Amino acid sequence: MNLTLKVWRQAGPNADGHIETYPAKDIPASASFLEMLDIVNEGLIEQGEEPIHFDHDCREGICGMCSLTINGVPHGDERAITTCQLHMRHFNDGDTIWIEPFRANSFPVLKDLVVDRTAFDRIIASGGYIDVRTGSAPDANSVPIDKKDADEAFEAAACIGCGACVAACKNASAMLFVSAKAAHLNKLPQGQPEKDKRVLAMVRTMDGEGFGNCTNQYECEAACPKEISVDNIAKLNRDYLAAVAREATV
Amino acid sequence: MTTLTRSLCAFWNSSIGKKIVVAVTGLIFIAFLAGHLIGNLLVFVGQEAFNEYAHWLHHLGHGGAIWAARIVLLGSLVLHVVATVSLTRANRAARPSYAKEDTIQASRSSRVMIWSGLTVLAFIIFHILHYTVRVDSQLAELGKEDPWKMVIVGFQNPAASIFYVIAMVLLCSHLAHGFSSAFQTLGLNSSKTRPTLQLIGKAYAVLICLGFISIPISILFFGYGN
Repeated sequence: MNLTLKVWRQAGPNADGHIETYPAKDIPASASFLEMLDIVNEGLIEQGEEPIHFDHDCREGICGMCSLTINGVPHGDERAITTCQLHMRHFNDGDTIWIEPFRANSFPVLKDLVVDRTAFDRIIASGGYIDVRTGSAPDANSVPIDKKDADEAFEAAACIGCGACVAACKNASAMLFVSAKAAHLNKLPQGQPEKDKRVLAMVRTMDGEGFGNCTNQYECEAACPKEISVDNIAKLNRDYLAAVAREATV
Repeated sequence: MTTLTRSLCAFWNSSIGKKIVVAVTGLIFIAFLAGHLIGNLLVFVGQEAFNEYAHWLHHLGHGGAIWAARIVLLGSLVLHVVATVSLTRANRAARPSYAKEDTIQASRSSRVMIWSGLTVLAFIIFHILHYTVRVDSQLAELGKEDPWKMVIVGFQNPAASIFYVIAMVLLCSHLAHGFSSAFQTLGLNSSKTRPTLQLIGKAYAVLICLGFISIPISILFFGYGN
């Protein structure tokens, strides 16, 4: 198939970016989106041009490294997949495809489609962990946990930290990421003693990193490749209110 | 600074804290709108019933109740507006725009909240000057003796009625997102209850809108009260 690509090119963090048009010729429908970019890059390299820079690693939807906003939607229009799992058969011959980086001022562009997502690492470093060593994986059922709590913690822990929630949000809010990372620890007995400390620290770091504020439009949930639920956001709101109340009174 | 004031400042300065202020004040307005509409609809019951209601409202608790309500509402309004304007400014600063924008599923009403809200704010200022402060001397005179007649004469002004209708339609849009959004912000919902709350919110928004606009439309277009 033959396509026209409109790609964001930016030479470096401080350079001005712009949209550049490239033809993508003879792309097999079985290629993944990143393989399509690989083919285009091979052509650019042959012509002596700078290839299009983009992030990728596992290429099987589990590492959270690939990004790209495709036709205005992070990871493209197909639900519950990452860009590396998106295949060209979902496009039509002759399509024009817009490819931009994940946009948020807290995710500065480093080069072309590569953005700096270390703001997420700083949020995790502020509270997304358990202080004491809890040992290796416990024997099944040695710590009784309600099925509902176990399921919700597991679903929250499925977050791969790719940042699609931020990129999809009209306000570049990181609430879905932060709430999932807080919930998967807060739901379980090992995480509960530090729940208040964790919630306050992670929300304050998130605010300090310059992410926007959630306006409950749920674009994040719709864009999330792991279908993390906005129930986690409701829970984080509730936990934050309780933590602030306890901090103020105790 | 005490621990409590420090915590309050941190709460106000945080994204979730400010949103909780917006949600709580929003729910105060949602409750107020239902009461206000029920009172206003007495205009269709008759002159006597409406005037008796107005008299009761103004003399409840020796005239103290209405002032208590006004203080709570005005305070809520200031907090709601200051918090939302500040949150919106932060949101705009956080996000550069895409060359190709798309929306997956966010509702239209959720995307125009600041504009529907600011129009409703302009309307509230006008509405208070119109019927509470009564800057128009004719309405001020009528208001003392016959509040029912004041409402009729007030809405016989086409410009005032049309602005009222436009503001109510935008209020409907504002409530259609705001109602269920408040429950999410306060953490009082889940994926089980969210669709129901969204439906109730939209139904409530439509009822409030139709209820309020029925008054100027009956007076201006159907000559009610002539």
